[in-house]
Amino acid sequence: MKALRRFFRRLTSWTTSARDEEILRTEIDDHIARQTADNLRAGMTAIEARRQALLKFGNVEATKEIYRDQRRLPFMETLLRDMRHAVRRLRRTPAFTAAVLLTLALGIGANTAIFGVIDSILLRPLAYPDAEALVGIWHTAPAAPRGISSSSPSMYFTYREENRTFQQFGLWNSGGAGVTGVAEPELVRALFVTHGVLDALDVKPLLGRWFSAADDTPGSPETVILTYGYWQRQFGGDRSILGRAMTINASPRTVIGVMPEAFRFQRDPELILPARFDRNTVNLGTFAYQGIARLKSGVTITQANADLGRMLEIWMRSWPPPPGFDSAAFRNARYGPRIQPLKQDVVGDVGTALWVVMGTLGLVLLIACANVANLFLVRSEARRQELAIRAALGAGWRRITQEMLVECMTLGVLGGALGVGLAYAALRILVANGPDTLPRLNEIRVDPSVLAFALGLSLLSGALFGLIPVFKYARARVGATLGGASRTIGPSREHHRARNTLVAVQVALALVLLVGSGLMIRTFQQLRSVRPGFTDPATIQYVHSSIPVAIAKESARVMRMWEEMRDKLAALPGVTSVGFASQAPLESILGFRNMQFLYAEDKPLQAGQVPRGPEHRFIAPGFFRTIGTRLIVGRDFTWTEVYEQRHVAIVSENLAREWWNDPRAALGKRVRERPTAAWREVVGVVENVYDYGMHVKAPEFAYLPALMDRVTRVGVFAIRSDRAGTEGLLKEVQQTIWSVNGRQPLFFVNTLETLYDRSMAQTSFTLVILAIAGGMALLIGIVGIYGVIAYVVSQRTREIGIRIALGAQSAGLLRVFVRQGLLLAGAGVALGLAAAAGLTQLMSSLLFGVTAVDPLTYAVVSALLLVVSVLASYLPARRAMVIEPVHALRGE
Amino acid sequence: MKETDVRQGTLALMVLKTLDVLGPLHGYGIARRIEQISGDLLTVNQGTLYPVLLKLEQEGSITSEWGASENNRKARFYNLTRQGRKQLQAEARSWEQTAAIIERFFAAKVEDLK
Repeated sequence: MKALRRFFRRLTSWTTSARDEEILRTEIDDHIARQTADNLRAGMTAIEARRQALLKFGNVEATKEIYRDQRRLPFMETLLRDMRHAVRRLRRTPAFTAAVLLTLALGIGANTAIFGVIDSILLRPLAYPDAEALVGIWHTAPAAPRGISSSSPSMYFTYREENRTFQQFGLWNSGGAGVTGVAEPELVRALFVTHGVLDALDVKPLLGRWFSAADDTPGSPETVILTYGYWQRQFGGDRSILGRAMTINASPRTVIGVMPEAFRFQRDPELILPARFDRNTVNLGTFAYQGIARLKSGVTITQANADLGRMLEIWMRSWPPPPGFDSAAFRNARYGPRIQPLKQDVVGDVGTALWVVMGTLGLVLLIACANVANLFLVRSEARRQELAIRAALGAGWRRITQEMLVECMTLGVLGGALGVGLAYAALRILVANGPDTLPRLNEIRVDPSVLAFALGLSLLSGALFGLIPVFKYARARVGATLGGASRTIGPSREHHRARNTLVAVQVALALVLLVGSGLMIRTFQQLRSVRPGFTDPATIQYVHSSIPVAIAKESARVMRMWEEMRDKLAALPGVTSVGFASQAPLESILGFRNMQFLYAEDKPLQAGQVPRGPEHRFIAPGFFRTIGTRLIVGRDFTWTEVYEQRHVAIVSENLAREWWNDPRAALGKRVRERPTAAWREVVGVVENVYDYGMHVKAPEFAYLPALMDRVTRVGVFAIRSDRAGTEGLLKEVQQTIWSVNGRQPLFFVNTLETLYDRSMAQTSFTLVILAIAGGMALLIGIVGIYGVIAYVVSQRTREIGIRIALGAQSAGLLRVFVRQGLLLAGAGVALGLAAAAGLTQLMSSLLFGVTAVDPLTYAVVSALLLVVSVLASYLPARRAMVIEPVHALRGE
Repeated sequence: MKETDVRQGTLALMVLKTLDVLGPLHGYGIARRIEQISGDLLTVNQGTLYPVLLKLEQEGSITSEWGASENNRKARFYNLTRQGRKQLQAEARSWEQTAAIIERFFAAKVEDLK
């Protein structure tokens, strides 16, 4: 307490220093005068009295010195003075300062930006009250794709009634909802939730109320909740919206609530609709929903998993299997509990890529620091005399160290401040244009923790590149430097060692980054070389539409309308062909899947065996031809088959091989989609389509005619045209479709190429970042080598002059310097290869078709670095060759 | 603890005690008083007193104000605060304890220590 008070007194007392000085002098004068007076009274002579008084007092100046140090905080004062000096010195060398600041600003800015992204996406809790208690409910299921399974409606009832660990629980899924009568007909992103989902999220509505159990019950009035954005966009924020009716999917619903602006949910919904399950008709099947729960306080995920495991037993006993199914099949699917933090649901697998990028940029900053340290070494070299003189005059080692460090830290902080500006701009751009595959994109911002990170990083970098010259020069030996010897003999070998090490480290780090980007390039090549199951995606335009019951009731009539639209679209100028299907290739990555069971006549299921579950697509004749999916054997459907609802099917190559080993053997075999359905004859086998993205194994497919016992009411036209993606084509397409189909909304308008690029978005994102980082590293590394060789040459000018005068061949001299550069690069490459082999393991999950120790990449990158190093040392070395011996000697 | 710290600590205690006994006093007066009491045993430069006074004032144990002394000289008078008095008591007590322990220790005979 006492110490603290004293500290603040000292901290606040530097403003009054001139007056304090005056007071102290008066006081000391007074003291000495009194002593003198007393001495006089004791009988001394006037001169003797004053002399004794002064003697008794001791060293006046020393006393003042101590007094001053005690009055204020000398450390703070020197710090400020050093900072002023540093800024002054930096302003005297603007080129040097600008180079350092730019390097640091880029390094720190890039790291701060990516930390901002990581902080917002991975570290910060979700935007719900007490978000740590929120979990996603999943199930392990070894037979399911990716080994995990979502939830079925029957689970909703079991979990709600039997759970012991959930405070709130509900199921949700998302999809489109057609809204008519508000503005232009449109399909909006809808979130379907059971009672309990909004309660679990615990975000109170801005207006109105959440769904109640009654809203879930089939037969009660239909309701809807608006999100803030939709409410603003379509109703201008009208507060009297509650109770108004909206037509959604051709039926009326009452608005009962509006969510606040801060409400966020996966896939960014516009409307929230209740999901309704009928307890009397649900069975074990239909795993189409995601579970969400708020755990009771104090419950761990392990406990919740145990609870879920127990409930799975109950669930299995309580509900019937779907019609035509054996409940043994469900037992054999071996469902297990798999509860994970909701954040993991939201963030998904983007974490690895972000951490790799962060690591990459961290390396770039390290390289930048090494480079700045090298620049400082050169500068300190120039200041050696000055430092030695100051040391000789009594400046302490600590004093000089502090001064050098303060200069570096000042640079670090200034660079960091610029970097924060860069990061802020970069994040603004990212939020505005970022890929929507990035979760929580709109939550990204620069907050205090990001600023703290940037400050820490700046100080750390300052210390990092500051300490190296400090260790080299602060303890400069006075005699050696002052002797003037440095002018004739070059700097000692020891000084070179520090610079050489730094350059080797730079080369090593650059190699790591280049290998990383090389691996990503190879991955990208491999992805591009996958034959995707379609051709020339840039010329394919997807347009979805729907035909609700209100417009056409009978199935055949709906199908005729699709065909009419298709024919009219095909007649548009510049359109080569048009295909129609329930869903087109790569739309899976938007979240649409339609996996259903398929049974083969000649492959009867063993008791309890789980049937195959390929993706199902309903298509019209000509779809494959338009998309460019190759028929391997057999033929396409015909329109007659479609309208007569003949029992035919087409399967994908991988499915045919799995069942019959050979596509040809599949022809004539019979399959069906339900155990109760009629058998369909396989009339064709088509090539595999990489529907989940190029980096994922192609799923198996069953293609069925678009008109069966039910008709495809929501479908997609794939339009092959050179005008794909143009505004003009879309206008014409819209007019054409509306001319047949009233004014139904068009939606999910994409070119296939957009989806194709998007399926590789993570790869290309990581690739671009790594390539930029690798490029920067390479550049800085080259500059490093160039700098060292140029410096060595300039230091040895005299020696070179003598050698040339004595008849040395310039080729030989060149070799000496180039060899030195090569040696540095070689050491760096060796170091880097070892580091890369270790570090690239971390990114192996991002790679495709290439291993983390791909020899080709390593060889090419190493060769590139060595060649570049030779060049970087050849250029400055050549300068040495044109030295005139006379000049070199006279230059002394 | 550095030697200067010990000396400063001792000196500070003496200053406090002096002010406690004599009331407000200027620097020279304090120095004289300490000199007289310690019988020149403590041969310190009088100048070293001033940093100690500054430290005590910064810590809030004493305050100072300018006033006229005898024969109308302007002088800076130091005065003990309530906190300074408390500090003096506490330190005097701990000093006595330490002194007692040291005394007993030196009084001990060889056989007591075996």
